Amino acid sequence: MTDALRFRHVVYRNYRVWRKLLAASLVGNLLDPLFWLVGLGFGLGSLLPVVGGLPYLEFLGSGMICYGVMYSASFEALWSAFARLKQQRTWEGILHAPMTVTDIVVGEWVWAALKGTLSGVAILTVMAALGLVHGAAALWALPVMLLTGLAFAGIALVITALAKSYDHFVYYFTLFITPMMLVSGVFFPTAQLPPAVQLVAHVLPLSHATQLARGLVLGRPIDGAVGHIAALMLIAVTGVTVARALVARRLR
Amino acid sequence: MLTVHGLHKKFGALEVVRGVSFEVGAGECYGLLGPNGAGKTTTLRCCLGLTTPDAGEITLDSLPVPARAREARAHVGVVPQFDNLDPDFTVRENLRMFGRYFGLAREQVAARVPYLLDYAGLADKADAPIDALSGGMKRRLTIARALVNDPRVLFLDEPTTGLDPQARHLVWERLKRLLGEGRTIILTTHFMDEAQRLCDRVAIMDRGAFIAEASPHALIEREIEPVVIEVYGDGVAAWFEAHARRLATRAELSGDTAFCYCRDPDALLATLADHPDLRVLRRSANLEDVFLKLTGRDLRD
Repeated sequence: MTDALRFRHVVYRNYRVWRKLLAASLVGNLLDPLFWLVGLGFGLGSLLPVVGGLPYLEFLGSGMICYGVMYSASFEALWSAFARLKQQRTWEGILHAPMTVTDIVVGEWVWAALKGTLSGVAILTVMAALGLVHGAAALWALPVMLLTGLAFAGIALVITALAKSYDHFVYYFTLFITPMMLVSGVFFPTAQLPPAVQLVAHVLPLSHATQLARGLVLGRPIDGAVGHIAALMLIAVTGVTVARALVARRLR
Repeated sequence: MLTVHGLHKKFGALEVVRGVSFEVGAGECYGLLGPNGAGKTTTLRCCLGLTTPDAGEITLDSLPVPARAREARAHVGVVPQFDNLDPDFTVRENLRMFGRYFGLAREQVAARVPYLLDYAGLADKADAPIDALSGGMKRRLTIARALVNDPRVLFLDEPTTGLDPQARHLVWERLKRLLGEGRTIILTTHFMDEAQRLCDRVAIMDRGAFIAEASPHALIEREIEPVVIEVYGDGVAAWFEAHARRLATRAELSGDTAFCYCRDPDALLATLADHPDLRVLRRSANLEDVFLKLTGRDLRD
């Protein structure tokens, strides 16, 4: 076994725990976006027939995929990872084995991104069932979901490594995640915002993700795709690198 | 099996370990004793490569630490001071998952689990959640978990702190069994009876440095008078001033108890005949007396 793949033990650990709650997790993953799409999409969509050049349900659905990935990956890398770091001392226990801080942080990072991807896939499935997906090219959204998950898991792990208690995560959600959700083109096009807000919105990770996913799911051209991918990669790698250093300092 | 030379570790301005050196041979049981904050846990963590020392050389199982600590840990078992069993899993799952972290094959671990459950006395609790275990059961499971890789060396940080006497005796019996199998044990404790019972050699640590190192028996013989007379009750202070200072080799008044360390206690005991209201306990000196002599009676918090 190569050293670089030892992180898989951490992924496997989390997967085993998740499997115990499989039914609840899948119901939540599928029903939650279904309610959003049906409620907002049909309700609001009937008032707004075309948004950003698209039927509102399609616009919203492709945005919801990224929102779902972000939410799920962030939650896992904040609350759940923090429990394993602090309350449960799970990471400390793993370090007694021939494992390193890098193995643990990379394992948690990959796991949170996979959980995020699963949420995205659930939303994509609901969209497909509602006839909102244009062709098999939508499957290219899968790597975008994984990348989005890695980006948000990376940032969240930095917050987790710095957190003293769960209260810190409320600030992170209120001050970062929620406003980002509102300005990154999930519910309405960013072009509707004042120019100054647009400037900020364009550099937010969720904007990059939304633009990529929307193009792929709906089979439309994407402006500046390479830039979006590069930005998400940079955020993901920077996040996990900083998180690794902070966790190493915290557990030394 | 373990060599530590010139170990130093600072946390901020605080020098927690100040030049510690020792060696532990294969099959030996070595105890690090000391008051809270003496640097025992930090020394242990440095030996495992979990904390990087500021200076010093460590070799564990022939590998340099921290450079190759991860590889060294493949043949080491660790029992931490605070239980970190995985509450998301059952007893059996904890053992299996821990084997995974060592990169052991699923079948290999599965074959070892019944032995470990039996060792921990938890065969009938195999599918119980961790929350359902008592403190003693958790300790035994943590020790069993540390054996999942059949380690040559075990590090135990205060293995019996917080356990009731029955549970402590059971843990001691289990640890003796491991020593009987030829494994090496390095433990920290502040229970002197534990050290006296288990350890071939002990080091007494205070404020980051070793202040004594020998077998428990040799330490008692070398550092302290063989007989201890404890006297307590009303009027002990007056008796202490009148007789103990003069007749005991060394005497201390702590609260309302006088501790008199003697080579020949007969003269001292004779003076107590006139003090029927004082209660007297005569006993042999033990490791705790050595410990208190060397580290003092002041509280360390």
